[in-house]
Amino acid sequence: MQHIISILLENEAGALSRVAGLFSARAYNIESLTVAPTEDPLVSRMTIVTSGSADVIEQITKQLNKLIEVVKVVDLCEAGHLARELMLIKVKATGAARDEMKRMADIFRGRIVDVTDAIYVIELTGDGAKLDAFIEAIDASLILETVRTGVCGIARGERVLRV
Amino acid sequence: MELTGAEIVVQSLAAEGVEFVFGYPGGSVLHIYDELFKQDKVKHVLVRHEQGAAHAADGYSRASRKVGVCLVTSGPGVTNAVTGIATAYMDSIPMIIITGQVPTHAIGLDAFQEVDTVGITRPCVKHNFLVKDVRDLAVTMKKAFHIATTGRPGPVLVDIPKDVTADRCEFVYPERVEIRTYQPVVRGHSGQIRKALELLLEAKRPMIYTGGGIVLADASNELTRLVHKLGFPCTNTLMGLGGFPGTDPQFVGMLGMHGTYEANMAMQHCDVLLAIGARFDDRVIGDPRDFARFSRRIIHIDVDPSSISKRVRVDVPIVGDVREVLLELTAQLEAHAGAVDKPALDAWWTQINEWRGRDCLRYDRAATIIKPQFVVEKLWEVTGGDAIVTSDVGQHQMWAAQFYKFDKPRRWINSGGLGTMGFGLPSAMGAFMANPEATVACVTGEASIQMCIQELSTCKQYHLPIKIINLNNRYMGMVRQWQEFFHGNRYAESYMDALPDFVRLAEAYGHVGLRIENPSDVEPALREAFARRDQLVFLDFLTDATENVYPMVAGGKGLTDMILAEDL
Ligand SMILES: Cc1cc2nc3c(=O)[nH]c(=O)nc-3n(C[C@H](O)[C@H](O)[C@H](O)COP(=O)(O)OP(=O)(O)OC[C@H]3O[C@@H](n4cnc5c(N)ncnc54)[C@H](O)[C@@H]3O)c2cc1C
Ligand SMILES: Cc1ncc(C[n+]2csc(CCOP(=O)(O)OP(=O)(O)O)c2C)c(N)n1
Ligand SMILES: [Mg+2]
Repeated sequence: MQHIISILLENEAGALSRVAGLFSARAYNIESLTVAPTEDPLVSRMTIVTSGSADVIEQITKQLNKLIEVVKVVDLCEAGHLARELMLIKVKATGAARDEMKRMADIFRGRIVDVTDAIYVIELTGDGAKLDAFIEAIDASLILETVRTGVCGIARGERVLRV
Repeated sequence: MELTGAEIVVQSLAAEGVEFVFGYPGGSVLHIYDELFKQDKVKHVLVRHEQGAAHAADGYSRASRKVGVCLVTSGPGVTNAVTGIATAYMDSIPMIIITGQVPTHAIGLDAFQEVDTVGITRPCVKHNFLVKDVRDLAVTMKKAFHIATTGRPGPVLVDIPKDVTADRCEFVYPERVEIRTYQPVVRGHSGQIRKALELLLEAKRPMIYTGGGIVLADASNELTRLVHKLGFPCTNTLMGLGGFPGTDPQFVGMLGMHGTYEANMAMQHCDVLLAIGARFDDRVIGDPRDFARFSRRIIHIDVDPSSISKRVRVDVPIVGDVREVLLELTAQLEAHAGAVDKPALDAWWTQINEWRGRDCLRYDRAATIIKPQFVVEKLWEVTGGDAIVTSDVGQHQMWAAQFYKFDKPRRWINSGGLGTMGFGLPSAMGAFMANPEATVACVTGEASIQMCIQELSTCKQYHLPIKIINLNNRYMGMVRQWQEFFHGNRYAESYMDALPDFVRLAEAYGHVGLRIENPSDVEPALREAFARRDQLVFLDFLTDATENVYPMVAGGKGLTDMILAEDL
């Protein structure tokens, strides 16, 4: 099953490689990893999407907690949560396809953020499935480039992850 | 007062009460060596290879419960030390490794003797630091000692660029450090301990299984007291030997791949298992699925939550320091109105004694060729069971573990987790330096000893009267045994051809060498060697080349699927 692990860690040089190294050394898989500083510049927030049995996820959280720079670890999937990902996608937009592309972007609540005579760059946020659906929905031959941030997530309601 | 980084390193070591630093110099650590030279609080021990430095620091720690410290130069100094660091890491040994690094402005430029030390060692240390500013040095040293020695212990590395050792700043050694992200649990949860006690009192076929955590926590007295109060059988892992007295009637021997028949049977068939400071290693429980086929309830005490329910699902997890938890468990037991189920326990002991009757460590005592087991038995007798015994890796290691009945902790020093050949001699040096009054023996094999043989020179320089017990079977015996059992007797590259004359080799290094070829000469030779209190004696025993270690649980097999000597 897929899990979204949220990690607060000290914003120190090398902390990221310690986390990444742990995943590769112990053969845990990483589907995506995002990291950036929080409102407190000393602390970064990392979101890792991984999958594995309950036992594996338990080991992952325990092993993460052992890393000295790690402040806190939660598995967001233990309760209600939001997961969002940002995608920028560069597509060909000429002739009839130009209008069609605009319509698809609207349907998916995307925004066109860069325009030339022949090209759109569309910005889209949502959960991973929505972004996948957009890619499925448009003509594959029109896609020039995609870039996705990977998932970042937060718990719903009162649950808060902070130092 | 303003001090240089190098002075800060040495002052910090002195402030931590460090007696010995095991090391080897080189360009990037010259300022540190210069400061070591100018003082006499911290003594430096010059090894002959950085692997030896790490193992010696490790052996020092294992034998003394203090932190082992080693110091090596950048680049090849570090890479040579990595085997020793990984060895300490796998066995949770508190150690500080100080490494020189190229100057900060040269980092990343493929400078002379530059390696990414923090990157290379990251997976085999508890933590590591690169100190880029001399003002961070003292607090980093304090943090390193704190992390190495608390919670689940382990090696911590401090990488210091050469310019940082020359820079100056005000020096104050912190009394203590707070690391907000690192707060190991010490006290166990009382409610969980109560649950554990209830389970223990309900047990019909209880078993106590303990490991290196007992030794690391210095909890063998607490353990022994509890085991005696309960009257339950007790087994130790390879790392736990000596944690419970080896000659105690309640001790059923080591368990695992080369454990005793009775220990493995009791482990498999018990209904309540109390696991203490042991991590259900694959060499201990065999195939985990086979292990899980037998239903038993498991209580697991460990300071590291990630050791719990890692390979085996546990019913009552207790996170905490073994000693603290055992004290509370014993106190709760004493205050408890109930008692153990005596009739059930008697029946269980009857069963265990029947298993014991198999006499699984039996070997041919009438042999005309020296049996390795016999040498270890005699070693035990001649040293009154009270030596510090280090070992290398192979069959000799298993025979030492099976036949030297360790009654006290920190007397058995070996590489269990990484299984590092070459560990025996340098770790014996460290063990002796920690206990200059002790008798120190290194049980080794003709292959292993050659992996750090250069340390014979260190032994000469520092007058370390270690007794080397070389069980010379002319084979990488452990490899040969696997080839015999699992590879159709094809002994690919496991025969040790072109062996040196160990007697003359020992003499060349300035020591005493003895070759022993007949069983009747074993005891006199040992007596002669141990009588030479001030000399290193290299005893080269020509042992049976085809002897195997029994019992044996083949890799991937169930724990009770044992190959016994009598089966063959
Ligand atoms: C050739 C060879 C053959 C081997 N055969 C066997 C064999 O037959 N049987 C066998 O047992 N082993 C064998 N081993 C060793 C095996 O590989 C493991 O190293 C060993 O079994 C691990 O021992 P342990 O479970 O006691 O754990 P250790 O590695 O000693 O770990 C200690 C545990 O205690 C915990 N701990 C540490 N300090 C504390 C504290 N203060 N409080 C609470 N908990 C603490 C740690 O977190 C850890 O979980 C063999 C090794 C070799 C090289
Ligand atoms: C550094 C290292 N290389 C290889 C091995 C694999 N290995 C395990 S035991 C062994 C043979 C050891 O031979 P010896 O020291 O003669 O001991 P014996 O088994 O004969 O008692 C080998 C090669 C190891 N454990 N460590
Ligand atoms: Mg051999």
